[in-house]
Amino acid sequence: MSSSAEKSGEQEHSFFLNGETISVRAFPMERLLDVLRVELGLTGAKEGCGEGECGSCSVLINGELVNSCLVPVAQVKGTHVTTIEGLAKHESLHPLQEAFLECGGAQCGICTPGMILASVHLLEKHPQPTLEQIKEGLSGNLCRCTGYMQIFEAVRKAAYGESQR
Amino acid sequence: MTERHIIGAAVPRKEGRDKVTGRARYVDDMTLPGMIFGATVRSTIPRGKIKKISFGPGIAWDGFVIASASDIPCKNCIALILEDQPCLANGAVNHPEEPILLLAHADRHLLRKAVDAVSIEYERLPALLAMEESESKKEIIWGEDNVFKTYLIEKGEVDSVWKDAAHIVEGEYRTGAQEQLYIENNGVIAAYDAEAGVTVWGSLQCPYYVHKALMALFGLPAEKVRVIQMETGGAFGGKEEYPSMISAHAALLAKKSGRPVKIIYDRAEDMVATTKRHPSRTRHRTAVDANGKILGGEIEIAMDGGAYATLSSVVLSRGTIHAGGPYYWPHVRVRAKAVATNTPPHGAFRGFGAPQTIFAMERHMDRIARAVGVSPIEIRKRNFLKTGMTTITEQEIREEIDLSGLLDRAVKLSNYDEKRKEFGAVKNGQKKGMGVAAFLHGAGFTGSGERYLNSMVGVEGLADGTVRVLVSSAEFGQGTNTVLCQVAAQELVIPYELVTIAQPDTTVVPNSGPTVASRTAMIVGKLVQSAARGLKQTLIGSGFLQGTYTPEEFRKACKEFVAVRRALKSYSRYEAPPGIYWDDSKYKGEAYSAFAWAVYIAEVAVDPVTYGVSVEDFVALQEIGRVLHPLLAEGQIAGGVAQAIGFALYEKVVWQEGRMANNQMTNYIMPTSVDLPPIRVFFEQNGNVHGAYGAKGIGELPMDGPAPAIVNAVEDAMKIRFDSIPLMPEDIFRATTVRQDA
Repeated sequence: MSSSAEKSGEQEHSFFLNGETISVRAFPMERLLDVLRVELGLTGAKEGCGEGECGSCSVLINGELVNSCLVPVAQVKGTHVTTIEGLAKHESLHPLQEAFLECGGAQCGICTPGMILASVHLLEKHPQPTLEQIKEGLSGNLCRCTGYMQIFEAVRKAAYGESQR
Repeated sequence: MTERHIIGAAVPRKEGRDKVTGRARYVDDMTLPGMIFGATVRSTIPRGKIKKISFGPGIAWDGFVIASASDIPCKNCIALILEDQPCLANGAVNHPEEPILLLAHADRHLLRKAVDAVSIEYERLPALLAMEESESKKEIIWGEDNVFKTYLIEKGEVDSVWKDAAHIVEGEYRTGAQEQLYIENNGVIAAYDAEAGVTVWGSLQCPYYVHKALMALFGLPAEKVRVIQMETGGAFGGKEEYPSMISAHAALLAKKSGRPVKIIYDRAEDMVATTKRHPSRTRHRTAVDANGKILGGEIEIAMDGGAYATLSSVVLSRGTIHAGGPYYWPHVRVRAKAVATNTPPHGAFRGFGAPQTIFAMERHMDRIARAVGVSPIEIRKRNFLKTGMTTITEQEIREEIDLSGLLDRAVKLSNYDEKRKEFGAVKNGQKKGMGVAAFLHGAGFTGSGERYLNSMVGVEGLADGTVRVLVSSAEFGQGTNTVLCQVAAQELVIPYELVTIAQPDTTVVPNSGPTVASRTAMIVGKLVQSAARGLKQTLIGSGFLQGTYTPEEFRKACKEFVAVRRALKSYSRYEAPPGIYWDDSKYKGEAYSAFAWAVYIAEVAVDPVTYGVSVEDFVALQEIGRVLHPLLAEGQIAGGVAQAIGFALYEKVVWQEGRMANNQMTNYIMPTSVDLPPIRVFFEQNGNVHGAYGAKGIGELPMDGPAPAIVNAVEDAMKIRFDSIPLMPEDIFRATTVRQDA
């Protein structure tokens, strides 16, 4: 296939990205992760495994937590996509971002954007989560640095306003 | 918070805000104008000669840049300790996934197809796929005898102890390979310019290791190689030596293509091709008196180094020195060797040989306890090192230590005694048990290592009156940036916010040594402290600052100094602490300037239906000198314990023909948030005079103890001995079935 023929396979995809309408040209089967990172320059979502196992590419689509490495861009047409870049309002951090900072929830930082979005999703479902609900809610996001303890702490802090240890 | 209490305070992580907002820049987040992508064609067999390379149909090969060994300007090797590992195979391969050819193209998708379209014909040679095959010497694949390195420690006269022994206890213990599994895969970008030379941006731990390797590969002087560390998404040793290889590859392609080249491994390639923890086998034969006191013993260690020497000699060294654990051995002989096999080279991984030999020691201690008929707690108390005693390398313990007290505290914290009583009976169908491990970990390079490293750090006053720390020590999650800024701020008596740290860039920062061996807070921190003191003295000595000052006065003085004298920099170079003596030929003397000490206790439950082991509670108590940053220290310990739980129970590398067969996160399983117990972290604080503000190394320590504590607990629960990790449900099933049949 020549490169011009390939170009002709591209389509226009419109969706809401972090609250703003956006339109991007891409192949329908292009991974949302690549469209975000390469076409749109939002590099907060990371590729850890490319097969939906590690969760470091997590984003929210209509409030649902998904691995953007498994989502073809065609599938997000008309939806609301939230990435880590859409979480902080200008310079003021989201309470979960503050809590991650305060409790040591971010070490190397590579899982952090996905982990924070998973936490947002978790607190939407369970505003006052038990430890079991926190563990379950974050079980699709792997962290190799923290042993998760300080991440649990951060989620509790964001939910209850103070640490529960 | 006042600047007087910066050390010991949980100040905000320097790069934390960037990390929680997604702004932190990792190498794959970076793009350069004209940048193309690189990929690696690798061997599919463990050992053989390359007969023919063909470029298959269906690919427009004209559009690809192709580099091979013949494109290497100078030495075809990845310079590290030895120079035996080629950058690209030249005629022969010695392990699966050995790099042979490099391809570059602007289209990532096409690149992948092209890699698959290259076919290589080999003349196969017999391969050595296990340590025992290597030891049999049925083939010689490295040097004269397949042996990378041997060590011998002789303390006292071990041959004299056997006749007086009430018990002679023997055991053999094995540990498997383990993947570091940092969540950010390995990756670099390289650019080449005939004038400027090579520049590399990468995810890496040791900028000056890459610098050294590129100088040798290209035959370039130091100033024509520039290495910049990008934000690094986890490393754990896995980005200690391998980034030199990827950097070399990207740089060769950059030179040949004339464009910047990015090579980012995907997970499958990272897992199958890069380093893992050395598999090990340790044998103990110990003479014990009737009271359970160790009279002496022999320890034999073997580690599988894979196909090239890389870091095996130093991994083995640390394993050897830690083999006696925190116990007093009047007589001991340790023989250790690292052997070659036709697997990808094993390499640095948190703990660096110590987790392997400490697993053996701590499993063996439980075996000795059973032979003697005392509890696992009691046997350890009777043999602990005390102040004034000597280690197996005859290093005298000069600091005040109280390991029995540490053990007592861990026993209390874990409710060990009550729980063991309670677990006597089977509950809810699950069998439960408690296990303990006591251990030590030496901080910094071994023996004369720190002297050879000769590290240098700088502290710089800037035009705006703030201060910048200059080190090549990399941040990859542990908190390097934060802790080193704390040290400088404390020494200068200025707020933490006024201190920043330079991005590691070999054109900007001096060589403060590699970011490994639990050396950063303790050794580099001490140098930062002394460089900061030098900066303060310069300001005071030159009259810009009074002896006592406010932060505002400091800032003003710093500004004025820079305005008048243009630059304000203070450097400090490593000096060995007094009284440190090490004999490298006899392996005797002061192996480390400080040890951290720890007692870990695991509570486990074994499911009688699935045979799965779950860790229900975990107490990690350690003495690490002064805790510089409680939150970061706790995070290091909890993270290390989690990784070591994986080492013990989940993470099994399946080998086929010398190649990792399960190179995916779906079939190589690391602990998730639902797999871990509460990891309860406690510190005892003793001052260590050598480290910055009394700090000892901490990063690797938590990797050492969990595996033996857990397997000891499984034995306590099942009354069956397991001496090999990872301990998988199928192993327990098999052992249970065998026992019932017998």
